[in-house]
Amino acid sequence: MQGLIQFFQHIGLASQFWATVLSTIIYAAAVFGFLAVFALVAVYLERKVSGHMQDRLGPMRVGWHGFLQTVADTLKLLAKEDIIPRNADRVLFILAPVVLFVGTYLVFAALPFGPGIIGADLNIGLFYIIAVSSLVVIGIIMAGYSSNNKWSLYGGMRSAAQIVSYEIPVGLSLLIGVMMTETLNLGVMVQAQETGIAGLGGILGWNFIQNPFAFIAFFVYVVAGTAEANRTPFDLPEAESELVAGAFTEYSGMRWAFFFLAEYANMWIVAVLGAVVFLGGWNSPIPGDIYVPGIVWLFVKAFAIVFVQIWARWTFPRIRVDQLMTTCWKYLTPIAFFNLIGVGFWLMMSPF
Amino acid sequence: MTRADIYTRLADQFGDSIVEFNDESLQRYIRIEPSGWYAVATFLKEAPDLAFDSLMCIAGVDRGPKEDQMEVVYALFSMTHRHKITIKISGPRADFHVPSVESVWRLADWHERETYDMFGIVFDGHRRLKRLLLPEDWEGFPLRKDYQVQDYYHGIRVPKIKPKKLTP
Amino acid sequence: MRDLRTEEMTLNMGPQHPSTHGVLRLKLRTDGEVVTSVEPVLGYLHRCFEKHAENLEYPGVIPFVDRCDYLASMNNDHGYALAVEQFLDIEVPERVEYIRVIFAELQRIASHLVAFGTFGLDVGAFTPFLYAFREREMILDLFEMTCGARLLYNYIWVGGLSHDIPPGFVEKTYRFLEHFEPKIKEYNDLLTNNKIFIERTADVGMLPRDVAISYGVTGPQLRASGVDWDLRRDEPYSIYDRFDWKVAVGVDAYGELGDCWNRYYVKILEMQESAKIVRQALDNLPVEGDVHAAIPKKIRPPEGANYFRSENPRGELGFYIVSDGGTTPFRVKMRSPALSNLGVIDEIASDWLVADVVAILGSLDIVLGEIDR
Repeated sequence: MQGLIQFFQHIGLASQFWATVLSTIIYAAAVFGFLAVFALVAVYLERKVSGHMQDRLGPMRVGWHGFLQTVADTLKLLAKEDIIPRNADRVLFILAPVVLFVGTYLVFAALPFGPGIIGADLNIGLFYIIAVSSLVVIGIIMAGYSSNNKWSLYGGMRSAAQIVSYEIPVGLSLLIGVMMTETLNLGVMVQAQETGIAGLGGILGWNFIQNPFAFIAFFVYVVAGTAEANRTPFDLPEAESELVAGAFTEYSGMRWAFFFLAEYANMWIVAVLGAVVFLGGWNSPIPGDIYVPGIVWLFVKAFAIVFVQIWARWTFPRIRVDQLMTTCWKYLTPIAFFNLIGVGFWLMMSPF
Repeated sequence: MTRADIYTRLADQFGDSIVEFNDESLQRYIRIEPSGWYAVATFLKEAPDLAFDSLMCIAGVDRGPKEDQMEVVYALFSMTHRHKITIKISGPRADFHVPSVESVWRLADWHERETYDMFGIVFDGHRRLKRLLLPEDWEGFPLRKDYQVQDYYHGIRVPKIKPKKLTP
Repeated sequence: MRDLRTEEMTLNMGPQHPSTHGVLRLKLRTDGEVVTSVEPVLGYLHRCFEKHAENLEYPGVIPFVDRCDYLASMNNDHGYALAVEQFLDIEVPERVEYIRVIFAELQRIASHLVAFGTFGLDVGAFTPFLYAFREREMILDLFEMTCGARLLYNYIWVGGLSHDIPPGFVEKTYRFLEHFEPKIKEYNDLLTNNKIFIERTADVGMLPRDVAISYGVTGPQLRASGVDWDLRRDEPYSIYDRFDWKVAVGVDAYGELGDCWNRYYVKILEMQESAKIVRQALDNLPVEGDVHAAIPKKIRPPEGANYFRSENPRGELGFYIVSDGGTTPFRVKMRSPALSNLGVIDEIASDWLVADVVAILGSLDIVLGEIDR
């Protein structure tokens, strides 16, 4: 966004204030546009990938091989009747998708899309992201409570417990990246992964293979991140076969589309953070490569993690809520702590 | 044990409860008085040489207004000894009471409820004798031979369908 | 915070619910997430089958019997036809017996595929459902080429069959068996040995064997509790005693006997055994014989009553038929296996979580058409 501000000043808009305002609006709109397009692409990808994994084709009719299917679905959702249950708490019911989406959207202010393409290059970027992404819990609880439906309440409660618990392994694993690169600034973190073991760079510079603890931490991060995004095997809040749609049962039309959008945005956030902190961000795996722009590499890595999340969803059954809590508190959190201490020792004592 | 042996065994203990023993093909049953049924049932289950631990089926049969008889048929089977017996209990069509054996064989819980639902046979001692398949406020007992449907159910008209007897 | 009550909550898993396998209503009383009692409310699919049967001739009852357990129509037809044949004491040709066994076992495989797929769906695994239905499509194609129907066949008649098997059927069935037998390994990799699935189903919903026998639970659910009882072997009807196959009983692999995992695994083993039976029947199928030869013109059984039971994919399907000497039955009572299987749910689903109730219900493999008739 700094670039946008400079651009405006270059073309003659002298006032710093107006240039900032204008560029903020343009950047925010661009991010929202990206989110919408990403949701379109991700839903299509999910339906096609799941279809092929299940020995069927997925959408094939709307557009070439069905690629306009999500557009059709969005139009349908926009045209749906907006139903609010009679005994529902109207204010909370209407605010819930807003809070949820805002919680997710705020993260995009500090999430990089490529070298220099970032909303606010905060020097505490990672810290801000982890803090703000917890707002979604409030949105889900509001949705579950205000629906005046016992099943939604169940879903909301389960989800709150899940997201709050899994914040810890996520945070601890990301902290390992911070320890290794000695900065919370995401741009600097990627730069620090340019050289690595024996100064070779390329894939060997990426954080996740610098030391064995970071390797384990990467997998802990992907598992806990999937739980953060409420995806199977951790999708209790929307466990289809038990709670119809969990916390979001009573929502229809565009309100439900917001929840859906927020879920895919969450998936993207988890994927990009994983790519930036562990997989070297926009660095190419081949050292000294200048042909492919950084943004392409970031997107390729992020989409790879998104693909793994989609793959896991259609392969595994769902974990029960108490098993979910056990996995988090008895397995992932101790492993994450162990990794943290291990990385600390490694960094102090290793010759690399 | 053959059916005749089982009958002898029962007759030794409960001679006065047994009404009839019919051992012809397609008819094999022991008919028992309703009042003695619970004791006979407990004996059939717990006697080690009989050991009828599995109640296969409970069926109600309405013999029709002319004979004025209704029956409850119990088909019993022993998993340990692999022998079978059928017990019939008959009674008048109006106000037929049979002791419930749901505490002896848990299968009887729902099967007795269904027999009550369809025939109006009351099982004394059943903990929760209410209709199983029909709504709780339905009137009448459908599988009786002289059953006529009610006219309206909660304001919905119930169609009367005349059963068509197919001519031979 | 006027009056914050923290007692039990009554939750309704209503007639419309993605995982109650039909229109079943379960009234759950829960204390938090733990279920204290389950009360099924039945009757949403009651179609008065037994009353209808009193007004139809004996062969005319067969389409109605189909519609009771709509996932295992061939087995229902088979059970009823054998029950009436016991009354009439007729001898069906060899070829008819073999074809009946082939169709009954293929139907058993198809029914277990649905049970396995929907059980996976209940615990959240979406993909095995699609795989199971892919195999089931092949079986339904076989049925369609023989009698024209995919779900409700009216095929096995009293004394014979409605159609003979068409040319090409035997080859197509062999090809299906070759395709199907390796798929069991795929299902085992995907679901049976999956750690998450085992966590969800092993040691959940324990059904001890004496409780099972007392409640009249039969079929794979009973065998999973360790009771080695299968009507096809222990009270052989038709020609089941000529085939070499094993009865699938619960194993002690991941949990104890009588848990959901065993109830599921017995079905997988049974599918393997059924495939073996079909292969043996195809190998020994007599080439000559008219399937319509023994069908009596008029069915007028002697007076009397008889209870005949056969092994449905869900358990013991019994028909108590009372005849008064006429052409229509005096009383037909269908002892449905799923009704007895469902009766045990209050006992085994109490003190588990809501998510487990769904898994337990899925493992009991009920079909509402049969429960409500």
